[in-house]
Amino acid sequence: MKDVSLRMAWRNLWRHGRRTWLTVGAMIFSNTLLVFAISLQFGSYDMMIDNSLQAFSGHLQLQHPRYLDEPKMRYTVPDVADSTDNLRDKLGLNSISARAAGFALASSDERSYGIQIFGVDAKHEPLVSTLPGLIRQGRYLVPGASAEIVIGSVLARNLKVETGDELSFLGSGFDDSFAAAVVRVVGIFESGITDLDRSVAQVNLGYFQDIFAMQQRGHAIVIRAPHIDAVEQLQIQLATLIDDESSIALRHWDDLQPGLKQAIQADMTSAWFMYIVLIVLVAFSVLNTQLMSVLERTHEFGTMMALGLKPSQLARLVILETGMMTGLGLLLGITLGAVITWYISQVGFSYPGMAEMAVKFNLPERLYPAISFISLFLGPGIVAFASLLASIYPALRLNRLLPIEAMRAV
Amino acid sequence: MTGFKLHFATIFVLSWRNLWRNHRRTYIMLGAISVGVWAMIFMTALMRGMVDDMLDEGIRNLPGHIQIQHPDFLDDPSVVNSIDEPDGELLVALNQAGAKRWATRIKLPAVIASERESRGINLVGVEPDAEADISGIPEQISAGRFIESNQDQGLVIGAKLAQRLETRLGKRVVVMSQDPDNNISERGFRIVGIYRAKMPGMEEFNVYAARDTLQQLLKIEGRVSQIIIVDENFRDIDILYQKIRQSIPASLEVMPWYEIDTYLAAMFNMMDGFVLVWVVIIFLALSFGLVNTLVMAIFERVREIGLIQALGMRPALIVYQILLESLLLLLIGLGIGNGLAILTVKPLESGLDISMVAEGMAMMGASSTLYPSLTLYDMLMANGVVIILGILTSILPAWRAAKMDPVQALNTT
Repeated sequence: MKDVSLRMAWRNLWRHGRRTWLTVGAMIFSNTLLVFAISLQFGSYDMMIDNSLQAFSGHLQLQHPRYLDEPKMRYTVPDVADSTDNLRDKLGLNSISARAAGFALASSDERSYGIQIFGVDAKHEPLVSTLPGLIRQGRYLVPGASAEIVIGSVLARNLKVETGDELSFLGSGFDDSFAAAVVRVVGIFESGITDLDRSVAQVNLGYFQDIFAMQQRGHAIVIRAPHIDAVEQLQIQLATLIDDESSIALRHWDDLQPGLKQAIQADMTSAWFMYIVLIVLVAFSVLNTQLMSVLERTHEFGTMMALGLKPSQLARLVILETGMMTGLGLLLGITLGAVITWYISQVGFSYPGMAEMAVKFNLPERLYPAISFISLFLGPGIVAFASLLASIYPALRLNRLLPIEAMRAV
Repeated sequence: MTGFKLHFATIFVLSWRNLWRNHRRTYIMLGAISVGVWAMIFMTALMRGMVDDMLDEGIRNLPGHIQIQHPDFLDDPSVVNSIDEPDGELLVALNQAGAKRWATRIKLPAVIASERESRGINLVGVEPDAEADISGIPEQISAGRFIESNQDQGLVIGAKLAQRLETRLGKRVVVMSQDPDNNISERGFRIVGIYRAKMPGMEEFNVYAARDTLQQLLKIEGRVSQIIIVDENFRDIDILYQKIRQSIPASLEVMPWYEIDTYLAAMFNMMDGFVLVWVVIIFLALSFGLVNTLVMAIFERVREIGLIQALGMRPALIVYQILLESLLLLLIGLGIGNGLAILTVKPLESGLDISMVAEGMAMMGASSTLYPSLTLYDMLMANGVVIILGILTSILPAWRAAKMDPVQALNTT
């Protein structure tokens, strides 16, 4: 019986080959497009997150609870270097680094600019941030050295300094004293992220603590997870290690860079609006085809009912036909989508205006779609589901069929 | 001529009646076309609104539609790279160029310090009368007042910066910057106004003072950083730009907004491309259904088409009849789709609150309220693409129908 209905459904599909292909064609078109678009989305989100977080902020940070909203000198983490060593031991993770931050007026011979100055642990900083690896001129800080500074490329240009030149900075320290020093520019980094290149400078943490009268204090412990998927796990582990929540808060990258998550959400929302419209249009196509195919077979269905088939069996037949059509669309759509997406993931994808957009969102100039199980099956899966849903109405109409009247229909 | 009219009337009636012979199929297809057209126009209106907002905000932050400055100023925004206040020929040229408004300003990096905190800022010295047209800040004052004259001694800062500095209206702050001789000049200012910008980032960055007051502070009397020109509409500034470029000395640099901020220019140019791609994709998804409907309609009528051909109807008229049927279907669908789009966009035009993703929008350069913008151009584009491509995809089925051999057609059951 099973076998018979399968064969019947298959043959019914090809009674109107052109119609079936047109309907399947609509599915293939949408599925291919969805596979490509979703893979591209995932690929660019991953890159956006990675590039933005790895540059500087890391995946997680430990800070004073008030520091996030009011990044002021007085909201500190006590004994920052020791606590960081401690964490590295307990978590068995090396990519954890301590930082302190302050504001200063930096002056070269010719120019003065307000800058964001960070005290960093030169040994561990390269493990949490990509900035140390992006030195374009000179070298990065040497652990323990004092009176050395690395600055961003735009800042260097604005201050008209090169490596080897001297720079003086002036700020106010932890105890409101003057914090002033003369330092030598040893390196210039270029991250491509204008905000960083324009205003960030780094010195060694110990030196920073001296100049800004911080003693052993710092402002953040930056943690970079081995992989973005490991962040949640690490977050749980870290939460158990914090014993005093009134003095230390754990910040997820959502909090550190709220714009990033929200830009992705906004983009997701508009993308899904488009996908849903596509899916609805495919469902209309299926509804059209299946309703027509039911209506034109009124006579035939009447005969089958007279021969003893129940309306539910006929309904199952119609749904089986839709299922076969959907399966075909799914298979071909995913295959075509995967091939096209794979090809583009090799050569990259770009469009006019992409370069300007890319800078804004910390993306490379070409996008590379990321193929995954989800990106392959999510869109086409929903298309298949919507198609089956659309065939319910034609299938239900069969319940209204009366054999005698149906057999009179032409 | 009357013959044509008669034919047209006949095939119109035939097409119209044919359309409703299988009304269920027609309804489904109309549903699909309406949803598709609605989505084309609705989505386009949202995107258009967002991009317009980004452009407006972006241009207000630059600011201006055209800027005149020292050739090195954009690279090295220092007081050294300032220019003389326009006089003589340049003054005449600016006044005769026909721009809506022009004004000079001083713009340079500075440090602001309250009793508790200091921050790096962008210090702007303005001619306050023109500022409503240029940056729009006077309309965004949330407490106090904006700068009132070129000699005003007050300072206007953003709400977010006030919070960062732990200061407030009426308090004094110190502003430090560099004069042309590399000396740090500093003076105290009283905060006379607080503004709230649509983009929080700007609030923290731009600080406004009177132009002449800053000239004195920096010892650059008679000199300014930039001349800002705004016109009625940022879209059509090319003529004005060319006019100004020809009339100013070569020692100055003139730049239109799209050269200063290439991201804005890219968004502006991409928008039309996006609309076209979106409309075409939706149309392609629709086209499968459209062709399917026509193929089925013809399939059911093979005998009938054979018969009217045998009775003497010319194949061309059969093609017209089927194309007309398709056109009628498209037109009704477009009518409903456009109607739906207008009905859904109009109530949203007063602004759609998307503050949930405000910081994400700020990253893109848009504000947290979305004002959908329904433009005639976008609607014509959507309707045009659907009608033209719709007719083109209908030609093949129609032509196949007309090509049928009447004798064979009559013999099919």
